[in-house]
Amino acid sequence: MASWSLTQRGLSRGLRLSASMHASYGRRMTSSLPEHLRKALAYSAMYPDLLPEPDLTRRNYVREMLERQDMLSRRRAIDIPEFYVGSYMSITVSDQNAPGKKNTFVGICIYRRNHGLRHQMALRNIVENEGIEMLYDLYSPIILEIKVLRLQKRLDDDLRYLRDALPEYSTVPWDMEPEPHREQGSVPVDETRVIMKPRPWTQRWERKELKGVKEWGLEDRFFKRAVEVSKPWEKYDLMKEYRCMVPLEDQYVVWKEVEEHRKTIEEEHKRSRRRKLLDA
Amino acid sequence: MSFFTSQMRSAFSTSSCLLHIQTCTRLRVVDNSKIGKEAMQAGKPPKVIHVYNKKRKADLGDRVLMAIRGEKKKGVVVGAKHKVQEVLRPRFDSNNVVLIDDSGNPLGNRIYVPLPMSLRAKKDQYNKLISIATRFV
Repeated sequence: MASWSLTQRGLSRGLRLSASMHASYGRRMTSSLPEHLRKALAYSAMYPDLLPEPDLTRRNYVREMLERQDMLSRRRAIDIPEFYVGSYMSITVSDQNAPGKKNTFVGICIYRRNHGLRHQMALRNIVENEGIEMLYDLYSPIILEIKVLRLQKRLDDDLRYLRDALPEYSTVPWDMEPEPHREQGSVPVDETRVIMKPRPWTQRWERKELKGVKEWGLEDRFFKRAVEVSKPWEKYDLMKEYRCMVPLEDQYVVWKEVEEHRKTIEEEHKRSRRRKLLDA
Repeated sequence: MSFFTSQMRSAFSTSSCLLHIQTCTRLRVVDNSKIGKEAMQAGKPPKVIHVYNKKRKADLGDRVLMAIRGEKKKGVVVGAKHKVQEVLRPRFDSNNVVLIDDSGNPLGNRIYVPLPMSLRAKKDQYNKLISIATRFV
C-alpha cells in the first residue's frame, strides 16, 4: 500500500514537473514503474500541447476530442517535430509582406504555453545586436515548416530570463544547419549557466529559483528578501499538485490516439527527415 | 539591512510598468541622422510628446512627435518591447525609432537594427525608409 501511494505521487509530480525534474525523477523512480505508466510520463514531456487543460472548471470533453482530431490532422499535414524549451529551432511562415512571401525566424525556444490547439511557443535570437522574440501558434495554418536545429533541453523550463542575460547566451547563428541526433534515447541537457546583465530587469529573477544562472551581480539584500517572500511549503501541497495535473485515465485516451499516430505518420516524417539530411 | 523596513514596504505597493509607448516615453534612435546621433551620445534620448493615433499608445509602424535636442521631430516606431506578446509580432529588447521629415522620408541614410516585416505593408508611406533598411524580421 505504501509503495503504491508513493508511486502514484511520484508519477503525478513527474507528469506536471519540468523536463529536467522529470529526468532526475526518472533516474530514481522510473525503473519501478510499469511499462504503460513510463510511456505516459515520456509522452507528457514530449507532447505537452496534446494534453487538455488541467483546470477542471474549464474542461469540456467534446471540445477536447474535436481539438485533438484537428491537432492530429494538422500533424499529418506538416511535420511537427519533438522539441523542448531550450531547443534551437527555425520556423517558416507565409507572410504577405515578405519578399518571396515567406518569412523565416531562427532562435532558441524560450517558453511554451497554453493547451490544445492554442498551444504557443516563443523563439528568441539576437539579430544585429538587437534582441528579438517571435511568438507562434504551433497549430497555425500559415506555418510552412518547423525545423529543430539542435534538440536539447536547458536547466530551466522557462528561459525568459535570457532577456536580462548577456546577449551571447541567446544568440543562435542564422545559417545554422540542423544537427543530426540519435532518434532513440534521452534528450541531451545543455547545462549552460548564464551571466546576468546589471539591473533593472524585466522581472525579479532572483526570486524564481532558477538553476541556469551563474552570476547574478546582486547585493545580499536581494537574496535575503527572496528568502523572506519564498514559499518553500508549496512543494508539499498535494491539492495544488492535483489541480495542476491531468488525471491518468484522461491521459490514456490521448496517448492511445497518439500511439496510433506515432506508428504511422511520425515514422514517415522521420524517414523523410533522415532522407533530407543524407541528401544535403 | 535593506533601506525599507517591512512595515514601510506594506505601506505602498509598486507594480511593474506596462511598457506602453506614450507621452514622455524615451525612445532609442537607430538611424545615423546627425541630430539623432548627437542626442543618443549626449545621453538625452528623444522624448515622445505626441502619438499620431486615436489610442495615444504607439505600436509598430505608428508615427510619433518627439522632443529632441530642443527641437520637435517626427519619427516612426520600428521596435517596441511590448509587455503583452502577440503572435507574429516581433518583440524587441528596446523601443526603437527612426527620424523622418513631414513627407515621411528618413533623416539619416542607414538603419542599424532589423525592422519588423509588417512595416513593408505601409510601402506607400515609408518607401524610402524601407529601401535603406538592411534587414527585416
